[in-house]
Amino acid sequence: MDITLTIFGQSAAFFVFWWFCSTKVWPLFSNVLEERKQRIADGLEAAARAQKDLELAQNASTDQLREAKEQAALIIDQANKRASQIVEEAKGKAREEGERIIAGANAEIEQEMNRAREALREQVGAIAVAGAEKILERSIDQAANEELLSKLAAEL
Amino acid sequence: MAELADAAHAAAEHGAETTAQEYITHHLSYLTFGQHPDGHWGFAHTMEEATEMGFMAFHVDTLFWSLFLGGGALLFFRWIGKKATSDVPNGVQNFVESIFEFVDERVSEGFNHKNPVIAPLALTVFVWILLMNLMDLVPVDWLPEVAIFIGHFFGQEHMSFKVVPTTDPNITLGMSFSIFALIIYYSIKNKGAWGFFSELAFHPFGKWMMPFNLMIEIPTLLAKPISLGLRLFGNLYAGELLFLVISALLGLYQLPFHFVWAAFHILVVPLQAFVFMMLTIVYLNAAHDGVHH
Repeated sequence: MDITLTIFGQSAAFFVFWWFCSTKVWPLFSNVLEERKQRIADGLEAAARAQKDLELAQNASTDQLREAKEQAALIIDQANKRASQIVEEAKGKAREEGERIIAGANAEIEQEMNRAREALREQVGAIAVAGAEKILERSIDQAANEELLSKLAAEL
Repeated sequence: MAELADAAHAAAEHGAETTAQEYITHHLSYLTFGQHPDGHWGFAHTMEEATEMGFMAFHVDTLFWSLFLGGGALLFFRWIGKKATSDVPNGVQNFVESIFEFVDERVSEGFNHKNPVIAPLALTVFVWILLMNLMDLVPVDWLPEVAIFIGHFFGQEHMSFKVVPTTDPNITLGMSFSIFALIIYYSIKNKGAWGFFSELAFHPFGKWMMPFNLMIEIPTLLAKPISLGLRLFGNLYAGELLFLVISALLGLYQLPFHFVWAAFHILVVPLQAFVFMMLTIVYLNAAHDGVHH
């Protein structure tokens, strides 16, 4: 076994390589691996958080859906009530209107009847006078007869 | 498949005049640059010259591959790391990240103290040794033949060129003794000089048995880097040697045996890198532990 200066050459190389590896090589990889580890941890944490958020959102959406259904049912109920109410009101109004129209018509008929009666009365007077004039022809005092006839007309 | 051609080529190259033993010895020797006995520096042209240089020499081949593989891997990692994003990673980034996380997990399991430079150390050691070990799976003649071809232009005939750095004890021991230095440094830093000494001196038999304790503890301490370096060296050297033996003895017919041994060896390659890394972590963890009595 021949030990020579080679052993010192190798030792020197050993320390130089060690120094190079410690300062120029190792940190590059340890940084990258550390960074990746951090990123993976962050990613997992974010995923867990998202999972939780999703759960909460699902719960919230279920609640909202139920609430919405309840409200919808309530609204439909109210609408139904309101509709029947409106129908009832309309019915009532229609009846009232009908009654009022009938009453108006009756009053008008009454009025018409009275007017016709009045006219008839006057015409009857005139006819009677005309008839009496024809019968009596001349010997009639216009003024006295006038008075007599209007008394008669008033008695009718 | 090219292994066949290599073996044929090697057989033709070394041919009748090269015995199997010479072939293997040639493959196990280094491209050496050092101080010749007469004082001037230069490449060793023969194995004898390399031996004469003794300690004052560099194994240019193993050191080159060691630096090339370790530096290349780190520069590649840095290049990928520069582009890395925390989005979904692409294939290459994912690959590097998986190595990174593998090492990081081992460190967080085995190292119970706060020290941000231990994980990069483990990563460096693991990737570097893994790549150096993987050179063992490159067919044994490919790169040496290329080196011989290039060597011709520089007047180097039959140049040796060893491509598996972890089959050079200088490389493995260079790393394990660097780690030993770190063990000493962190022990003294975390326990104090006295704390570190008392760990060696007053354990396991109390202070009246101090010489005896030291006799046990100091070899135990020294055994750590030596066993760490030699375990790696031994495993890879044995693997390489068997590849060489198969290649040298069987020539053209080596393919099935080569394949079987490569299949076994591919288990050894990452295992030894892993063991080296784990022991580094464990030793340095112990160096950070508090004083035990």
